[in-house]
Amino acid sequence: MWYVLIAVGILVFAILAISAKRLLISAIWLAITSALTALMLFLLGAPQIAVIELSVGAGLVTVLFVFAINIAGEEVIGLRSALPLPLVWTSIVLACGLLIFFIFRSLGFVQFPDATNTIAASVLWQDRYLDFLLQTVLILAGVLGVIGLLAHSKDEHSAEEKA
Amino acid sequence: MNLPIPFIVLLAVISLAGTGFYCLLFTRNLIKVVVALQLIVKGVVLAFVLAGHLQQNESLAQTMAITVIVADTIVAVIGLSLAVQIRQHTGSLDLKALSKLKR
Repeated sequence: MWYVLIAVGILVFAILAISAKRLLISAIWLAITSALTALMLFLLGAPQIAVIELSVGAGLVTVLFVFAINIAGEEVIGLRSALPLPLVWTSIVLACGLLIFFIFRSLGFVQFPDATNTIAASVLWQDRYLDFLLQTVLILAGVLGVIGLLAHSKDEHSAEEKA
Repeated sequence: MNLPIPFIVLLAVISLAGTGFYCLLFTRNLIKVVVALQLIVKGVVLAFVLAGHLQQNESLAQTMAITVIVADTIVAVIGLSLAVQIRQHTGSLDLKALSKLKR
């Protein structure tokens, strides 16, 4: 019963997020969608992922969105695609159809290996060490990217001061 | 109405990915593009955890889900800062304003 309510909530808030005219409202609906996704992850027995999703997806990303929208400013651009409409609809139907096809095909082949008793933490630190290293590099890349992209160059500053 | 739980979660995955695809292909606002990517990746994370739940191999699926969340956050950061820079250069967030090569 809870699953049905959360799934319906996810659908409704996702549609609200993409149809909101103002970007700030859109970011807030996205945060609520993220919180509901975290709740569903928790019910599926993945509390660590739920906490990370809640803190990163609903917290950090929302702050980033608000920050970016504050700098860039609100600009209402209607939902008019830059691509030809038949192409857009064919792509959407094809993508969703392929997704459903692959999901239901893979459900037939579900095997149940012996339940491993390892907890997520030990897998993260020992077996998936390479992934973890990759994440560290990714976070470093993100920090460097933000510093590089948001920083004003000195020339621009001096030009603004002269003007 | 007694649907099995994996089926309901799959419906949530498909609705998240579907709305994400729709927004990604229809919108011309650069910040909305990042919103659409976020929606798609939330569906992917949900699918990862569901797959681990069904295969009884939760630890592997959860570590992969963490990696996906981190990568997605970095993509959002870079995308948003690019959008801010583009707004400062072209004065607009419209994707069509970027296609200067046509003119």
